[in-house]
Amino acid sequence: MAILFKASKQLEYEIDEFLDAISEGVIVFKQGVKYYLADKKEPFLEQIKTIDELEFKADNLRHKIENELYTHSLIPEHRGDVLGLLETLDDVIDKAKETLSQFDVETPDIPTSLSEMYYELAETIVESCESMTKASRAFFKDVKAVKDHLHKVYFYEKEADKLADKLKRKIFGLDIHLSHKMHLRYFATHIDGIADRAEDVAQRLGIYTIKRSL
Amino acid sequence: MLMVFLSSGLFLGWSLGANDAANVFGTAVGSKMIRFKTAAIIASVFIVLGAVIGGSGAAHTLGKLGAVNAIAGSFMVAFAAGFTVFWMTKLQLPVSTSQAIVGAIIGWNLFSNSLTDYNSLTKILLTWVLCPVLSAAIAASIFSIFRAYINRIQIHMLRMDTHTRTGLLLVGAFGAYSLGANNIANVMGVFVPVAPFDGINFGWFSLSSAQILFFIGSLAIAVGVITYSKKVMDTVGSSLMRISPIAAFVVVLAEAIVLFLFSSEGLEHWLISNGLPSIPLVPVSSSQAVVGAVIGIGLVKGGRGINYSVLGEIATGWVTTPIIAGIISFVALFFLQNVFNQQVHLNMVYKINDPVIRYLDDHAVPIQDLEKFRNKKFDNPVAFQSALINNTSLDDDQVELIINTANIQHFKIDKYILDSKIDKDWLGKKRFAALVQIAGKEYKYKFQMVQDLEKISTEWRLKEKTIANKLYNKNIKQKLDYVANKFKTDQ
Repeated sequence: MAILFKASKQLEYEIDEFLDAISEGVIVFKQGVKYYLADKKEPFLEQIKTIDELEFKADNLRHKIENELYTHSLIPEHRGDVLGLLETLDDVIDKAKETLSQFDVETPDIPTSLSEMYYELAETIVESCESMTKASRAFFKDVKAVKDHLHKVYFYEKEADKLADKLKRKIFGLDIHLSHKMHLRYFATHIDGIADRAEDVAQRLGIYTIKRSL
Repeated sequence: MLMVFLSSGLFLGWSLGANDAANVFGTAVGSKMIRFKTAAIIASVFIVLGAVIGGSGAAHTLGKLGAVNAIAGSFMVAFAAGFTVFWMTKLQLPVSTSQAIVGAIIGWNLFSNSLTDYNSLTKILLTWVLCPVLSAAIAASIFSIFRAYINRIQIHMLRMDTHTRTGLLLVGAFGAYSLGANNIANVMGVFVPVAPFDGINFGWFSLSSAQILFFIGSLAIAVGVITYSKKVMDTVGSSLMRISPIAAFVVVLAEAIVLFLFSSEGLEHWLISNGLPSIPLVPVSSSQAVVGAVIGIGLVKGGRGINYSVLGEIATGWVTTPIIAGIISFVALFFLQNVFNQQVHLNMVYKINDPVIRYLDDHAVPIQDLEKFRNKKFDNPVAFQSALINNTSLDDDQVELIINTANIQHFKIDKYILDSKIDKDWLGKKRFAALVQIAGKEYKYKFQMVQDLEKISTEWRLKEKTIANKLYNKNIKQKLDYVANKFKTDQ
């Protein structure tokens, strides 16, 4: 029994750390976009390195948690749900990392007139992801509070969709080459995609929460 | 030979362990919250403890329903109950050991022309109905309190998980103890009056004859748990009842409380000494307690998803199980007696003579009605009872007193038995001294022996019939029965 207490305490800590990594990762993404738009190469690369590390850390933690949940056969009735949740959460940081590294690889030429909108889009998806991590933490500790955060995830995801749509219209209204337009649209879609991942997490959490209520 | 006769009880115990341990640890093991090995060890240890420490209360009620007085009869009664359980389980009908054994005992009563104590029978039947209802009420209350508490404390899912495991282990142990205490009567109760064991004194604690019997019976239950209950637990935990571990905790706790209430002499003592009405000590069905608890929780959750047909099945079981077991018991006793030439009951002879009349006169029974029975012999209690009821205007209590008084038995206060087979500590110094004073005497009626003992020592006298004295009198009656059993001779 003592081993079990120790293992579950350790796991609690690891789940918290995992959620920290996801939350930090999204903030780092926003910073990265900000530096890219301001054409600050060095701090931008610094953010790419950080998000790489955070994504790696989240992956490792997820495997470790998965392993320990099975080894000690903890939370048998919620194990599947928790693993599903961690996986979808991991998708969020994966997507953020992938999008930021595309900025580095493809170096899109973003007109100054669009910079603010790109940054606003990034900020909105961060808001959405922040509420997502809060909802996930609540799922473990205070299941009744999950709903309070979920509606914010949905709200910011919709806002992100609207912003992306507005941005795309603006892109296609510019007098630039079509290939350039498509390239710019591609980045708007990808940034918005992070909020879609957050929405996936929220949907799962919604169902898991009903299952968890006594 | 003894083990051959006990074998049917042991079989009944084995099947009880195989089936009913799942009511205690089924959900925990089925949902992988507790390993089977841990569950089996805890269940076995606590069933044995419950049976030996707290088994006598419920056994006493079964004994009152019908005291099977020949070991071959006990064998067949337990066999009939075991066979009924086995057969009905095979046909996938709901069945409970408690209900089967009651039916089988009544079968013996009918076969041997013994009287069925309707007071005890009513008490038992009422308890069967009360058991699932009480269990539902307890589970619903505990669950509501728990839900409110857990929602308030905001505990981490993983920490909750560890607490639930600890809780499941603790209530599992309590449940196993209560199961042992309540249901050992089903397995070994019919052997208590005929058990040939002497008590064992270990110095710091002693085991009475019935406790040794309960110990052997509970070992059979433990073997059932270890050898066969895993399969049942897996089924219960994963398919029949899909409930959360916390709900499982509440279910087992409610079941354990109900079984404990219906078997605890300590609680009975406490209730009586505080002037409260006592709870009958009766073997009940742990499966029905579980179903009751699950329904109780279902009702708190708003009543969705409750399978109400289970209630019908339970109620059917109250009727069909005892009837089937009773018929099997009756027919099987007939065969055992007439084909295998075994004595399945002792003949009870009744005769009203002068000393009996004097004794009854002292106890305010109108003796003029009894003159026509003077020196008449009756060969069984049923005939004697109906003669008394039809030809006199006596009330039920008086008839019962006459039947108990006029029963001819032979007692000889044998010096050897007195020195070596009597538990002196349990009887008490003064009571034992009174017995020593009547050493060598012989009696034809039990009341004569009792009168002698009462004359010598006040310690043998019953107190006035009040609620406060109920336990004291019960204890003295138990001691008198013990002495009567020890000194009864065949002659």
